[in-house]
Amino acid sequence: MVTTSIIILFGLGLLASVVLAVASRVFYIKEDPRVEAVLEVLPGANCGGCGFAGCEGYAAAVVNDPKIPANSCCAGGAQTSIAVGELTGKTVSEAEPLMSLRRCDKVAGNVALRYQYQGMPSCAAAAMLRGGVDNCRYSCLGFGDCVVGCPFEAMRIVDGLVQVDARKCIGCGRCVQTCPRGVLELVPKRARVAVYCNTRDKLRAVTDICDSGCIKCCKCVKACPAKAVRLENARIVIDQLQCLSYGGECNEACVAGCPRHIFRYTRGIMEEIRPVSGIIPQTSPAAPQASAQE
Amino acid sequence: MEIFQLFIAAIFVNNIVLAQYLGNCPYLGCSKEKSVALGMGGAVIFVIVVSTLCTWLMQRYVLAPYGLGYLQTIVFIVVIASLVQFVEMFLKKMVPPLYAALGIFLPLITTNCAVMGVAILVQREEYDLMTSLLYGLASGMGFTLALLLMAGIRERLDTCRLPKALAGTPIALIMAGLMSLAFMGFKGMAQ
Repeated sequence: MVTTSIIILFGLGLLASVVLAVASRVFYIKEDPRVEAVLEVLPGANCGGCGFAGCEGYAAAVVNDPKIPANSCCAGGAQTSIAVGELTGKTVSEAEPLMSLRRCDKVAGNVALRYQYQGMPSCAAAAMLRGGVDNCRYSCLGFGDCVVGCPFEAMRIVDGLVQVDARKCIGCGRCVQTCPRGVLELVPKRARVAVYCNTRDKLRAVTDICDSGCIKCCKCVKACPAKAVRLENARIVIDQLQCLSYGGECNEACVAGCPRHIFRYTRGIMEEIRPVSGIIPQTSPAAPQASAQE
Repeated sequence: MEIFQLFIAAIFVNNIVLAQYLGNCPYLGCSKEKSVALGMGGAVIFVIVVSTLCTWLMQRYVLAPYGLGYLQTIVFIVVIASLVQFVEMFLKKMVPPLYAALGIFLPLITTNCAVMGVAILVQREEYDLMTSLLYGLASGMGFTLALLLMAGIRERLDTCRLPKALAGTPIALIMAGLMSLAFMGFKGMAQ
């Protein structure tokens, strides 16, 4: 009796294993080993800067879809792009290193508080309460939602305004999504000038509340010889790639032309970042995203 | 007529999930979206029918003649587990979309007590092969019905304002209990 049961179970197990072994041969699927290899190269931060849910999603997409560029990983930077390009056989055009920049200087503008806020120390909460604490509806609130959200510890609050560490920021754009005011934007790290005002108001509505707010006089738009400065959705926007490809011949006419000193040199912030050896970017994955949010 | 009654009874009165409390894991795990619930239900129907066939033949031609009834549980586990593995490979190759939708849930069916439960219940009731298969099919449909109802409710719940403590699994468990209570209303209508 014991023998029978042993034999039957043994036979059954053997039969099942043989059937499964044969089936695994018959139904074998070739899985691309490159996906695994690309995943090894990626930093594994799962920051989502590439536009996919995580590193795994990007690895699968970059191997299988010829349209996905190899340079989308902003966390890994140039080295990762080159490695991914080698693995997937794609030509790598250097991704423009981006960083996040705050479009507000309410401290210099002496923007007054509208009321004493005593609620939760969160920008999202403060922004909901009667349009925010500040007189300006577009200002940086300075409670640091972006600081909490930053996966790379590149942001901190200084004097009620957020400050981005250009060395740590990799331009993944998570803070841009976090900010309830849309104060942050992604700019190339080698950008020469940037706009330091976020307001969509104009003229008296601005001068009444802020000493350094944009009044939409559009002198900058006329001053720029490269036509890189535009008024978009009631806000001044610099097309950074156009500005950079024109070069410094204009001596930054926009900075000189702005009566409100909204246009400022960014060198003070980013001087330690060396420009990427003269390679002009063809596609920058995050740039259309940033302009879409403007 | 008797077969028809058995069929209806297995779907509603003796619903495998809501009356017999078998297969609760996929019932809660796979009931977040209707499309996933349908896929899972289809897989369970298929697996229950095929595994009932295999285990019935096993019982009839191997276990019963040699007097090995005491090996029933372990033999059924081996048969069902290898069967589900086979189905998984088959789906991966032949129906990739369904495989992608089910993902980790197919291996779950491997040790799903709904599948195992039907195989054993059929032996206990001593149904013949045709009746067993029908019973398996009806049980699978009952499972799918419960899963679909649950998925519909949970899709609605997602858009509702719930107390934070109840959102997610807690409210799903409460819903499962309430649905089970509702199905108690069928009790006694058929054996």
